[in-house]
Amino acid sequence: MSGELGHFALILALCLAVVQATVPLAGSYTGNRTWMSVGPSTATGQFVFLAIAFGALMQGFLADDFSIRYVAENGNTQLPVIYKVSAVWGAHEGSLLLWVLMLSGWGMAVALLSRHLPQVMQARVLSVLGMVAIGFLLFMLFTSNPFERLYPVPAEGRSLNPLLQDPGLAVHPPLLYMGYVGFSVAFAFALAALLGGKLDAAWARWSRPWTTTAWIFLTLGITLGSWWAYNELGWGGWWFWDPVENASFMPWLVGTALIHSLAVTEKRGAFKTWTVLLAIAAFSMSLLGTFLVRSGVLTSVHAFANDPARGVFILAFLSVVVGGSLAIYAWRAPHIRGGGRFDFVSRETFLLANNVLLVVVAALILLGTVFPLIYDALGWGKISVGFPWFNKMFVTFMPFLLLLMGVGPLARWKHHDPADLVRRLRLAFGVSLAIGIAFALPVYQGASALMGLGIGLAAWLLLSLWLAVRDRLKHRRGARAVLRDLTTQGRSFYAMVLAHLGVAVTLIGITLVANLEAERDVRMAPGHTYELAGYGFRFDGVRNVQGPNYLAARGTITVFDGDRQIAVLHPEKRNYGPGTMPMTESGIDVGVTRDLYASLGEDLGGGEWAVRLYYKPFVRWIWAGGILMALGGLLAVSDPRYRVRVRRRSTATAGEALAGGRA
Amino acid sequence: MTPTRKKRLILIVAMVVGVGIATALAVTAFNDNLMFYFSPSEVAEGKAPVDHPFRVGGLVTNGSVKRQSDGLTVEFTLTDTRATIPVRYTGILPDLFREGQGIIARGRLNEAGVFVADEVLAKHDENYMPPEVADSLKTAQQGGDVR
Repeated sequence: MSGELGHFALILALCLAVVQATVPLAGSYTGNRTWMSVGPSTATGQFVFLAIAFGALMQGFLADDFSIRYVAENGNTQLPVIYKVSAVWGAHEGSLLLWVLMLSGWGMAVALLSRHLPQVMQARVLSVLGMVAIGFLLFMLFTSNPFERLYPVPAEGRSLNPLLQDPGLAVHPPLLYMGYVGFSVAFAFALAALLGGKLDAAWARWSRPWTTTAWIFLTLGITLGSWWAYNELGWGGWWFWDPVENASFMPWLVGTALIHSLAVTEKRGAFKTWTVLLAIAAFSMSLLGTFLVRSGVLTSVHAFANDPARGVFILAFLSVVVGGSLAIYAWRAPHIRGGGRFDFVSRETFLLANNVLLVVVAALILLGTVFPLIYDALGWGKISVGFPWFNKMFVTFMPFLLLLMGVGPLARWKHHDPADLVRRLRLAFGVSLAIGIAFALPVYQGASALMGLGIGLAAWLLLSLWLAVRDRLKHRRGARAVLRDLTTQGRSFYAMVLAHLGVAVTLIGITLVANLEAERDVRMAPGHTYELAGYGFRFDGVRNVQGPNYLAARGTITVFDGDRQIAVLHPEKRNYGPGTMPMTESGIDVGVTRDLYASLGEDLGGGEWAVRLYYKPFVRWIWAGGILMALGGLLAVSDPRYRVRVRRRSTATAGEALAGGRA
Repeated sequence: MTPTRKKRLILIVAMVVGVGIATALAVTAFNDNLMFYFSPSEVAEGKAPVDHPFRVGGLVTNGSVKRQSDGLTVEFTLTDTRATIPVRYTGILPDLFREGQGIIARGRLNEAGVFVADEVLAKHDENYMPPEVADSLKTAQQGGDVR
């Protein structure tokens, strides 16, 4: 029963999406307020029906209804309840359902939270979102219906991929999708503004909190994904340049550029068309990411079952979205006048350079990700672009970005005397250069040029941030003013500081773990001790343990620092029953300055095991930085000025925008 | 030329030059890091490079996996049903590595014609066959030329 209910709800949601995509848009051109007011109610209705569909699928899992094919393939009576819930988005069809549910959730949020917007603007934003929803709902109903029935009904389900039975992975996809899908709002705002021909500061201000919110989710999703890979895959790696990771990283880079460009558009009215292009690009990158993951064209650790029809559909959808929005851009952009002037040395220039660098890096990652596809399509052979290539590209371009990050926050809008900027920053530059050189000198183990570069840049970031904060405090005269800033409308500066601090923290983590980590695969017999990075790892054997739905071989490894026992690690090899693959569960002793990490390889017989040991210095800092960046974003979004000022202006701009829309 | 135009021109030129340098760097770096894929048949025919790393994929031949008694070195053979090549790997194999499974190995050929792998990939899905491997198997079975 619940299957049919869900299926009907999906179809109804599609019908509502069609209305949402057309009626308000038509109303915005004819000035028909009744038609425009259809937008919010259809957006809300669409969310309600998708929530019903989602609930129906979840009910299928909770009730072990194996007559639904998707449940039979991913559910199991033995599955713990939390994984029955997360199994809803554990495979292709369900994760798409989650995707559209979130899309409609964003649509409903826009409908509810943008009542202060000019009605024309709101109507167009919702219509664009409706069009995106149509694309995805058609995709689901035609190629990946999660409610397809299965007959005869199997007695037991195939169960969720054991790799996904991890709390981290229960939340990782939802966060990532929220980010991906969230860029659709920035995209919708950009298109709506283009259609109205008014790309002004007000548009940028409306767009900013939405874009930043999407970016926060994406940041957290990527951070969590990296942490999960480190924990769960047993290879001790936190980033693999896997196509699917790249698929989430590219929109993040473009989204980061968009956030900065929106700031310029709001404050100075410059970069308007560029901002619009970035908004289109960020969402296109999200769609491209979906294409890469779903179509199965790329070999990746995130192997979803592939079906050519799906790939073709998403590719067609992608070309409609990109082609359509670029056509609108080409049609409207020439009419948009440039914004405020700025000098060569000014914050605008630094932000422009930041944007160019971010986009170049994103483009390079895109090139590396799709190059094998192009190569194969041209019949030149099968290739893969190695991990080192991505590292090389990243290390070549990111330092420039980080250098600029130090200067940008200190530079003034419009014009800054270069001599003054140099005077302010020369000490910080000298100190960080010295620190960098000190870390590059081969006086201790692990020193290298890259080590010096990373630490030097982190010092540069921290020092220049401190200078920016000091400047701010000087103008603000003391801590009480800061408190007032934070409680009223001055949060964005501190948000920037927090997010940039996050970058520095991540940079320190990456530099130290990449240069100082130690790794060894060893054959160990019980009682045998192996020295790694000054720690003694003693293997105390393996015994069998029964888990809720698996049988595990559980190893015990005691770690010593000299004679002192500092940790006991319990890596596991889990077996989830016949027909499933074994899973490696690593044993990790977590620390602020280092992780000690062990995972089990194979049973070599006679009590001996292949064991993988790692020493991972400062690895947690990578994720701590990601969390700081997200917190910075949160602080920026919470700034009351996005609500207060907008509300005050709304009545004045409504009529204007309506007139503009008719023109 | 007005000062604004001049400034804009400088900015654009700087950007174009920057992007040009980026592209040039990216493409030259490709040369060192592109990893070609060959099937066992192609390796047997001598099409694979001897001095450059590449990837090879196929099925692990049944009964071929031999492990050294003390270290972590494993030897096995990889087949596309037409040709078979020996592979040596030192370290921990992925969970899904087993006889009959489709895998991809990355490494280089030594003088003795043994493929010394520094990475072995098996997919985290037992029904999943790496597309490259599926392709080589198909062409090998058709007896055609392997691309």
